[in-house]
Amino acid sequence: MTTYYTQDHEWISVDGATGTVGITDYAQGQLGDITFVELPEEGATLSKGDAPCVVDSVKAASDVYSPVSGTVAEVNEALADAPELVNTDAEEGGWLFRLTLSDPAELASLMDRAAYDAFVQGL
Amino acid sequence: MRYLPLTPAERAEMLEVVGAASVDDLFVDVPPQALLPGPVPGLPRHASEMAVERHMGALAAQNLSAGEAPFFLGAGAYRHHIPASVDHLIQRGEFLTAYTPYQPEIAQGTLQVLFEFQTQVARLFGTDVANASMYDGSTACWEAIAMAGRVTKRNRAVLSGGLHPHYSATATTMARFTGDRLDVRLPELDADPDDAALIAALDDETSCLVVQYPDVLGRIPDLPAIAEAAHARSALLVVVVTEPVALGLIEAPGKLGADIVVGEGQGLSVGLQFGGPYLGLFGCREKYVRQMPGRLCGQTVDADGRRGFVLTLTTREQHIRREKATSNICTNSGLCALAFSIHMTLLGGEGLARLARINHSLACRTAEALARVPGVRVINRSWFNEFTIELPRDAREVVRELSEYGVLGGVSLGRLYPGSSELSNGLLVTATEMTTEADIHALCAVLQELLVDSHEGSPT
Repeated sequence: MTTYYTQDHEWISVDGATGTVGITDYAQGQLGDITFVELPEEGATLSKGDAPCVVDSVKAASDVYSPVSGTVAEVNEALADAPELVNTDAEEGGWLFRLTLSDPAELASLMDRAAYDAFVQGL
Repeated sequence: MRYLPLTPAERAEMLEVVGAASVDDLFVDVPPQALLPGPVPGLPRHASEMAVERHMGALAAQNLSAGEAPFFLGAGAYRHHIPASVDHLIQRGEFLTAYTPYQPEIAQGTLQVLFEFQTQVARLFGTDVANASMYDGSTACWEAIAMAGRVTKRNRAVLSGGLHPHYSATATTMARFTGDRLDVRLPELDADPDDAALIAALDDETSCLVVQYPDVLGRIPDLPAIAEAAHARSALLVVVVTEPVALGLIEAPGKLGADIVVGEGQGLSVGLQFGGPYLGLFGCREKYVRQMPGRLCGQTVDADGRRGFVLTLTTREQHIRREKATSNICTNSGLCALAFSIHMTLLGGEGLARLARINHSLACRTAEALARVPGVRVINRSWFNEFTIELPRDAREVVRELSEYGVLGGVSLGRLYPGSSELSNGLLVTATEMTTEADIHALCAVLQELLVDSHEGSPT
């Protein structure tokens, strides 16, 4: 399993043809208390860069962009009752949706952990 | 202190900085067709305040206004009795705050009024939630269509023929810029609204059906059947109420399957006011609250556990979310909403029901009297305080002739649907608690007189 990062602060953890998407711990820290997560519909077809998901915090309602193209296979139902999971466990239990990747080659354009950490350092 | 800070020298200096020779030079980009060719003929250069008052008074005296004549107009704007206490209370100093809260939490009184307003609207409409008001009924109707598009991720809306044509026109204007597809229909002069045709227009692309209740001709559509059909296609039912007093007597749309209920609150809050400012009402199911436009006031507790009020869900509003906001409306009709809340509070639930019964009963009296006028046919099978009659000739002309006899007889369908000849003999007649027996008698007597020739000349 390999995890990749975007400049918009999403992560995608890829296992075979399936990728799990969430926002990074840095992103949740910037947003503040998360109050609601609007999740995509299962079966929705996404292109890289689409915004299928909105994270509401006390400060803002922010789009989450899909790091790569694919079909939504599963969404994190637990967030309906516990959106704060995105705050407490952004990069594990606070995942947002799972994708069946349609073009795994797109992963090459994303950052690895070291590159993302360096990117955040530079902000 | 000088109140006119610009001296000619300062003007010249500023013009030099921007590189213009004269003030007129600043307007050279205005297209010629938008320019006045010169002074307006007959317009005096100046007149004294007294002379202007006299002149304007003489012009105003040519009007026949609602309070001066037997008055049967409705069609989305209703003449009700707003008690003097409402006007007095809305002017109290405690309410003289910003019309919409920009720095909301310092205006707790304003927020509390809005919170109570929302509660009243939600109860009246039978919806889980309501917002802090919108501009008017027609813009609220468009916002509901746009919201249904966001909820269903579809962009085709079917507007019932019973929807007020001005509401359809507002939606059509907005849809020009959003790309929404609107299926706009005309009503027919039938006893019941054509619910079946509306249902047949549903398809899998339809975001919502928009149904007015009572409809523009005063008829009552079968909301449960329409809701069931819409939901079977995963479309929403948007119900539009232009006369809120009706809900004192007929079941709330939210209880009959409506997903979004919008309306015009003018009838319970402010006078006719030449068409505005009015009061948009907006309620919906709780599960759609995050897609609801406008401001929403919530109740909470402060650090010491005391009750307080906040604006909530503002992260979806345009000042934070820009082009992705739920709406470009981030405001509300604060003063009209306040008047609505005070009047509703004075009426109470029973008072509203009693007011509604009086309206309905006077409308029934009016319909019975009109039905006895030769040549008049009452169209509706059902109505609240407004119904449609068919005349033997063009209703626009009849309305004009009635006004010459000092009677404001109704709204002709020719005025609402210019160019639609099948509707031109239709006249919308409204009675409210303001209608007297003498008014009804005057309307029928003059109408009978006016219709004698056309009726006797007709083969029926």
